[in-house]
Amino acid sequence: MQDEIDSPQHHVDSAGTYVAVLVTLLFLTILTTAVAYVDLGYFSTVIALGIACTKMLLVALFFMHIRHSTKLTKLVVVGGLLWLAILLLLTLTDFATRTWIGVPGR
Amino acid sequence: MADHSHTETLDLRVQFDTAEQQKDCSTLGMWIFLITEVMFFGGMFAAYTIYRQFYPEVFAIASTSLNAKIGAFNTCVLLLSSFTMVMAVRAGQLGKQKAIVGWLILTLIFGGAFLGVKGIEWHEKFVEHHIPGQAEFHLEGLPQSEQGHAQIFFSLYFSMTGLHALHMVVGAGMLIWLLLEARKGTFSAKYYTPIDVGGLYWHFVDIIWIFLFPLLYLIDRHLKV
Repeated sequence: MQDEIDSPQHHVDSAGTYVAVLVTLLFLTILTTAVAYVDLGYFSTVIALGIACTKMLLVALFFMHIRHSTKLTKLVVVGGLLWLAILLLLTLTDFATRTWIGVPGR
Repeated sequence: MADHSHTETLDLRVQFDTAEQQKDCSTLGMWIFLITEVMFFGGMFAAYTIYRQFYPEVFAIASTSLNAKIGAFNTCVLLLSSFTMVMAVRAGQLGKQKAIVGWLILTLIFGGAFLGVKGIEWHEKFVEHHIPGQAEFHLEGLPQSEQGHAQIFFSLYFSMTGLHALHMVVGAGMLIWLLLEARKGTFSAKYYTPIDVGGLYWHFVDIIWIFLFPLLYLIDRHLKV
């Protein structure tokens, strides 16, 4: 029999941890809304996405228990994000560079 | 190897060696499904990025026509529902039957509240003639030549929030099923995988909204204070 190396289900987070995460998430929501009213130029989008990514990490690590997940699950999640990056980046390389060279007939 | 002659229970089906293995298997399966969902929504986020890059000013003006305060409020409601959901999972881990039911009901209430507010917002858009495809579509502050581009923003707004809301409705159905099972006493500290896996789905839908909110509601808010 294999030993219980990864034993996610035996780990119960305290209610206090979840409350702390919730409070942080609510604070970040108010922060992102408030910051949107300030003219920061391009950085508005960067900050908005930065806060959104932070919130995503909090939800994934704590609420979705990635912290206590098996290595395989973690690998699958990171792999999934990698595919999303391929989807977004490769699509954008097309649209970002289309106008660089004149396309015949257009 | 494990003895496969054991009688089958919910927490240990015959095809698994250990309860641990069964649970890991369910969790992994759910994550694989969620990744297909990430790719599904990812296509829409890609479309959004490209069109926003094409028409940044139109997107900014169209975005400010949405009510950011209601959006922020609704985001908080959804985050609260995620919190109550994780508390339901925690109650499952501890085998507290009544607490599971209570937290699930709260999750359902917050989820329903989110959908209700969303419905009110959509209705407002109908009243303001901001529905893409409407003959009388008109977004204030834009010349006639840019109205079509504004329709692209609202097409994305309605498809993305609509698809998100559809996921919420599916999630609500799932919560009701979990509730019925929880009241029957199906779940215990040994077997709460359905709540856990259902929670993963609910949090995933929450994460989608975490990105939708700033991308749709909060573009260049300073233009209109």
